[in-house]
Amino acid sequence: MSDEQHPIPEPSPDKGPAHAEAGRPYLTTEKPGKHRGDPTLWDNFKKEFYADNTFTVTLFAIVLALIFGGILMIIGDADTRAQWGYFFYQPLKTLEASWDLVSKAYTDMFKGAVVNPDTVNRWYWDMTTWQQVFRPISETLTNAAPLILTGLAVAIPFRAGLFNIGGQGQAIMGAIGGGTVGILLKLPAPIVILLAILAGALLGGLWGLLVGVLKAKTGAHEVIVTIMLNYIALYFLFWYIRQAAIDDPNRSELISKPVPDSSIFPKLIDPALRVNLGILLALLVAAGVAWLLKRGTFGFELRAVGYNPNAAGTAGIKVGWTLALTMGLAGALAGLGGTTMVLGTAGNLTGEVVGQIGFNGILVALLGRVKPWGVVGAGLLFGALQAGGAAMQTFSGISNELVTAIQAMIVIFVAAPLLVKAVFRLRKSPSAAASAALAKG
Amino acid sequence: MTSMTVDNSLALPEGYWTRTRKAGLIMVLLGLIAAVYLTAIVPNEPARFFLGETTAASGASFSINGKVGTLIFGLLTIACGALLILTNKRFGLYVGLGLAFFVVAALIWQIAETGGQVPLSSLSKITMEKSLPLIFGAIAGVLCERSGVVNVAIEGQLLTGAFFAALFGTMVGSQWFGLVAAAIGGALISLILAWLAIRFLVDQVVIGVVLNALALGLTGFFYEQVMREDTKSFNSPGLLPVWTVPGLSEIPIIGPALFKGTILTYAALLLVVAATVALFRTRWGLRTRAVGEHPAAADTVGIKVLGLRYVNVMIAGLVAGFGGAYFSMVTASSFTKNITGGLGFIALAAMIFGRWHPVGAFLAAIFFGFSSALSSLLQAIQSPIPSDFLAMLPYVATIFAVAGLVGRSRAPAADGKPYVKG
Repeated sequence: MSDEQHPIPEPSPDKGPAHAEAGRPYLTTEKPGKHRGDPTLWDNFKKEFYADNTFTVTLFAIVLALIFGGILMIIGDADTRAQWGYFFYQPLKTLEASWDLVSKAYTDMFKGAVVNPDTVNRWYWDMTTWQQVFRPISETLTNAAPLILTGLAVAIPFRAGLFNIGGQGQAIMGAIGGGTVGILLKLPAPIVILLAILAGALLGGLWGLLVGVLKAKTGAHEVIVTIMLNYIALYFLFWYIRQAAIDDPNRSELISKPVPDSSIFPKLIDPALRVNLGILLALLVAAGVAWLLKRGTFGFELRAVGYNPNAAGTAGIKVGWTLALTMGLAGALAGLGGTTMVLGTAGNLTGEVVGQIGFNGILVALLGRVKPWGVVGAGLLFGALQAGGAAMQTFSGISNELVTAIQAMIVIFVAAPLLVKAVFRLRKSPSAAASAALAKG
Repeated sequence: MTSMTVDNSLALPEGYWTRTRKAGLIMVLLGLIAAVYLTAIVPNEPARFFLGETTAASGASFSINGKVGTLIFGLLTIACGALLILTNKRFGLYVGLGLAFFVVAALIWQIAETGGQVPLSSLSKITMEKSLPLIFGAIAGVLCERSGVVNVAIEGQLLTGAFFAALFGTMVGSQWFGLVAAAIGGALISLILAWLAIRFLVDQVVIGVVLNALALGLTGFFYEQVMREDTKSFNSPGLLPVWTVPGLSEIPIIGPALFKGTILTYAALLLVVAATVALFRTRWGLRTRAVGEHPAAADTVGIKVLGLRYVNVMIAGLVAGFGGAYFSMVTASSFTKNITGGLGFIALAAMIFGRWHPVGAFLAAIFFGFSSALSSLLQAIQSPIPSDFLAMLPYVATIFAVAGLVGRSRAPAADGKPYVKG
């Protein structure tokens, strides 16, 4: 509201600041900007560092989850567990054994997810190829791509007030769409890949749109509908793979014909590394979603519906239409995630082709605070945890399932910021970041 | 759970085609399919049903000609639909009967076509067995949600129950201790759910979903890390003994299902009765429902809203966890990774399909168990109907239920809303 529209009220003689005579009763005449007394960036950093802002809470949530993960490792390891029986005889030896176990496991995890110093060393002495050095990063990015896509598929509807648990089903339908085009169409590589991506997005999108339409038309709760559609999609996949056009006649198990090389997503860096078009696709989509939510008309309507559907409706936004379209968009993104799984890594349709990306996408979205770039960060973290988990299982012999538990614990701590705050006795954040965004009822 | 009706184009202005009459129309159509189409394609062969649990030639059996059977049951379905349209009353009864007649017609068609043999007692026994975890899960959901806390974590509670039953049952060497441990395992998941949802006001659906992931990760980790390494001392609880009620178990068709089972079968039946009585005939039940519908009003008259919610969520965990023992002590004699395989979500569906009522949830669980038993039966008689589509049936039915196409399910008014005093 500008001053022209609202006449300045007469300054009251008995109250108001000293400079009220200037005609602007409650504003100072000083120019905004930097002043000597303002806190510097460093001051702000010091204040925020141990406060309950989003970043610190997330960091401590990860630390807390990793600590619990370490405890689980100790309980799960037979030798270490036995050693704890002698804790009062050999306390130091017990602690040492526990520390060795946990630190080796987490080191292996790091080596499998980011970089392995041994490989770098061997590469320096020409004992291995440069591809080996980048393998951990490549694995992390490969795992992250579908997670970012399904994470976005949960994050976008969340902003509109919808909780999409159907990422799994939408990803399955996307995998069916992308996989079918990839397997059956015999066209040059760029065209067939483009068509496959479109088919995956379309089929996933329709699966999501169904939820949105049901919600808008009948008020059916999207959580229940999406859970049910997940299973319907799964059984449909089981049936679909057995159809003659798709089924691999040479193999008895539930598996489709392999996707021909021309339809496989091209590798980004080197054929020896698995990282492929998928991660590029995921980042592009994330950028698009970030733009849409911040600047796009539809993004604005979507957020408006999320804040207050009644007010949005009064303001002329078609609430039902927005909800349906939001779910359609989310389904399309999850469908892309499914397509990335088939054409990027798996190479054929199986019953487990999309793995758990739909369910993990929920965790990724919650960890990323349902913001597009937050989802990218969370997706990269989960991708790294999974790549590292595989390495940990191979080299430390600790079950990969630990990663699932750690991921869930991170999200529990993030979703309950008050809990992390209480555990670490964090200060109140000066910027009062709305870290309780997930704690709304 | 919020519901928002934006546009209800299904309501015709005349007001004649009520939901009940439309359902009647669907029934008539189904009946026509059975009476005309199925009767035309079914071979002129008898369909033979056995009363006992086996298909021994000596066992009691009856048979019906395929064409006659589909025609009769198709006409019966049409009759149910017609009654619905004419009277506009007794929705549940006629829809249920009509669907049952239609299923029988379809079954006769399949059996006459494949010449398969169907032991009815065995079919009902399998139905009951497949329904068991759903009954426990769905009742757990009812107890939790009637007090206003959404329980999406049923899957996690069942899984933890199954895990605890196997682990502690083996370690202590007593199956009965395993059952107790199973209940405690489910309650542990409930404890986290209640604590985070009630104390920290975290979104209940969010925390439920994450708890499922946590239960999957923890049980999977300890299964691979501990149980698989030493099955003998950590993962061999054995099967629960089967108790047969003399006399009653001889009743054809339903006898073996209801009176020849493990302790879980009897506990499930008892639970349905107990939950119904407790919810609708006791002070605790009245208070629970009050807290679930209007916590502020309940608080005003002195009911401790949060305390009651804690208690109910914990009871739900005990019930679901106890039911989880089914997976590691009834169908299998050990635990494996993700042994529940999503049945917790069907239990959730059964609760919604049963409209948040213990008896409704029980019937829904039986219906879902029956469709699952039917799916394996059709596979066994090598029916051309894809079993995958039959397996989808519970989920499709639930979507219809929540979409209000077959009778709207409505959640308790305060379900999922945290209560903050003041």
